[in-house]
Amino acid sequence: MIQPPFSEEHEELRSSIRGFIDRELAPHSQQWEDAKWFPDEVFPKLAAQGLLGLKYPTELGGQGGDYLHEAVMCEEMARIGSGGTAAGIGAHVNIATPPIWKFGTDEQKQAYLVPAIRGEKIGALGITEPGAGSDVAGLRTSAERVDGGWVLNGEKTYITNGVRAHFIVTAAKTTPEGGHHGISFFIVERGEGVTSAKLEKLGWHASDTATIAYQDVFVPEEALLGELHGGFKLIMANFQWERLAMALGAVGAMRMAWERTAQFARERQAFGRPLSGHQVIRHKLADLAASAYQARCVTYDALRRFVAGEEPLREVTMAKLLTQRACFELMDACLQIHGGAGYMREVWVERAARDARLGPIGGGSDEIMREILGRILEAPPAP
Amino acid sequence: MAATAESVLKPDFKSEKKHFIFTDEHEALRESIRNFATKELAPHAEEWEETTFPDSVFRRMGELGFLGLDKPEEYGGQGGDYYSALVLAEEITNANSGGLAMGVAVHTDMAMPPILAFGSEEQKQEWVVPAIKGEKILCLGITEPDAGSDVKGIKTRAVRDGDDYVINGSKTYITNGHRADVIVLVTKTDPDAGYDGFTLFLVPMDAPGVIREKKLEKLGMHASDTALLAFQDVRVPASAVLGQVGKGFYHIMWELQGERLIGAAGMVAGAQKCFERTLQYAHERKAFGREIGKFQVIRHKFAEMATKIESARQMTYITAWRFNNGEYPVREISMSKLIASRVLCEVADECIQIHGGAGYMREYGIERVWRDARLNRIGAGTDEIMLDVIGRSYGL
Repeated sequence: MIQPPFSEEHEELRSSIRGFIDRELAPHSQQWEDAKWFPDEVFPKLAAQGLLGLKYPTELGGQGGDYLHEAVMCEEMARIGSGGTAAGIGAHVNIATPPIWKFGTDEQKQAYLVPAIRGEKIGALGITEPGAGSDVAGLRTSAERVDGGWVLNGEKTYITNGVRAHFIVTAAKTTPEGGHHGISFFIVERGEGVTSAKLEKLGWHASDTATIAYQDVFVPEEALLGELHGGFKLIMANFQWERLAMALGAVGAMRMAWERTAQFARERQAFGRPLSGHQVIRHKLADLAASAYQARCVTYDALRRFVAGEEPLREVTMAKLLTQRACFELMDACLQIHGGAGYMREVWVERAARDARLGPIGGGSDEIMREILGRILEAPPAP
Repeated sequence: MAATAESVLKPDFKSEKKHFIFTDEHEALRESIRNFATKELAPHAEEWEETTFPDSVFRRMGELGFLGLDKPEEYGGQGGDYYSALVLAEEITNANSGGLAMGVAVHTDMAMPPILAFGSEEQKQEWVVPAIKGEKILCLGITEPDAGSDVKGIKTRAVRDGDDYVINGSKTYITNGHRADVIVLVTKTDPDAGYDGFTLFLVPMDAPGVIREKKLEKLGMHASDTALLAFQDVRVPASAVLGQVGKGFYHIMWELQGERLIGAAGMVAGAQKCFERTLQYAHERKAFGREIGKFQVIRHKFAEMATKIESARQMTYITAWRFNNGEYPVREISMSKLIASRVLCEVADECIQIHGGAGYMREYGIERVWRDARLNRIGAGTDEIMLDVIGRSYGL
């Protein structure tokens, strides 16, 4: 029985995405991880399958689907076997382009979203800075008014697609104070004054996560995305989907890692029988399966409510918090079941465990999720 | 569709939170059970910890129609769906008495289903009809001093003697064992037939040779009467056989699944209730000049607990949805029971911690929740049995 909110239609999409990833992307994941870079051609390849525009309207070149179709993609990207590659695709599809779709002018959509859906232009979202992460009110990058446009100065960091991106949807202060009422967004094209430096990381090796410096970067009037000083709203508008996308990614990753590890436990012999014939290993796998189901149920409920328009801040926050920690714990346990092999780079789980560690940090840390929930709980619903 | 700055800064807590498996009728039922439990049961919870809850609770619940919510109307039930049994399990937690909830659940969800499923018309008339009215009380006898989750090790024997059967053996940890009018008894009729050697009987508890040996003292669930029973040459007619001779093991295994899931719903609701009481306490109790709920570590404990509870609830609801739609999801039911019982125990323990010294004291009722909760990781299949079932379901 297909678990709500998905239906037969989504399962068909799922198997087609799965086939594509298994055929076209997964075989290269090791190579891309070693190279610490996946090729830009991945984007047009995905676009040819319609996978960069699942939720976008057909008049912009999208598939005319909705968030549920995108959700299937989020889940299945785990099959690439490279968190960094999935992150690069996800940053483009789930965080860089949605603000243009929701807040952009027709001209901006034609100039950026249409080529982004075709995989011809790659996008990045630039919010985090060396001095401000989850606390977005502390942003220092500034945009100053000049004739015919704005001049940007500042530094962004931990930017996925930060080296390869053709355009960076950038948050900057447009008042001296900045803060909730003084931030605006600009679509900044790579060009004079924009320099990127790639960062070395624990995991996500195939991703070109970078620090981006803006030095007297001029952008024209029409680069302003959404309302002047209205940037905080733009940030908030996509948080729920970004977090759901992460939760879905964890759900997909947990399923795949569990299946592979169970397979390994059935085949690997120790003390005269398969590993899975030892009760502690069997119980460990059973426990992990229960955790994966728990993560799936809490995520699918939040997704269902999100798609129904309920604005389920509480449920999405819970799903993000629970799944990211559960996913990392599952990966670590899978690594343990693999024993020495699990510690070796040639076995997938070493990478999966490193990649999963970002979950409880990225997209709002566990601590931020608990802060949000704590605040919600302080104001319980009126009886 | 997506959140706006306004909605994030000032979330709308009045948004629709009802899960899709429930209808307005379920919500009305929820309301009426909650009222009943809050007004008629909760005030006595403390006293019943000492005395066990009175049989009159069954009669009152029968009058109100709460003992047959999902049972057929022809036997006096309400003819409701499976979800209505979930609602009862959730709302009865408002009685603040784990022992009471357990006594009622054994009656409605453990002992009654096999009679309805496998009983003859006469048996249903004799036992189910008065049980739904709360006039007769049911119990279920599986566990023995030497056989718990390993049902195969059951030793209680029923031997054919002319038109009768003669039963000898003992059963333990039997909820409602002292108050029950009848027991659904698991016996071995053919010791050489393995799983095909078990037979269920409906044995009246006043039959000669049924001995209620002692009331067992327990860590928690004090409002419940838990019995050690002996059966000494108990003679019952062949018409007391429930279901088919030799099929007892399958009859009893079948019914455990639905009950486990209803149990999981009750555990989640129990955790939620404990959470809410503790949240209330965290608003009232001050330390170092402010409400303890204002301290970040305490706030984060609440966030963590709420997340665990919500995830266990979603597992339970969606699994109930599968069950109600004709699937028999043994794996997912086992997962839900496993996670829900753990969540309840962890939440109860964290709630004691937040209460500090008060949490350790009887008068706040939190230590009772903690003691009552602990049974859920053992009863109706231990954590370890759940893990075994889940592991086996994958062929591991």
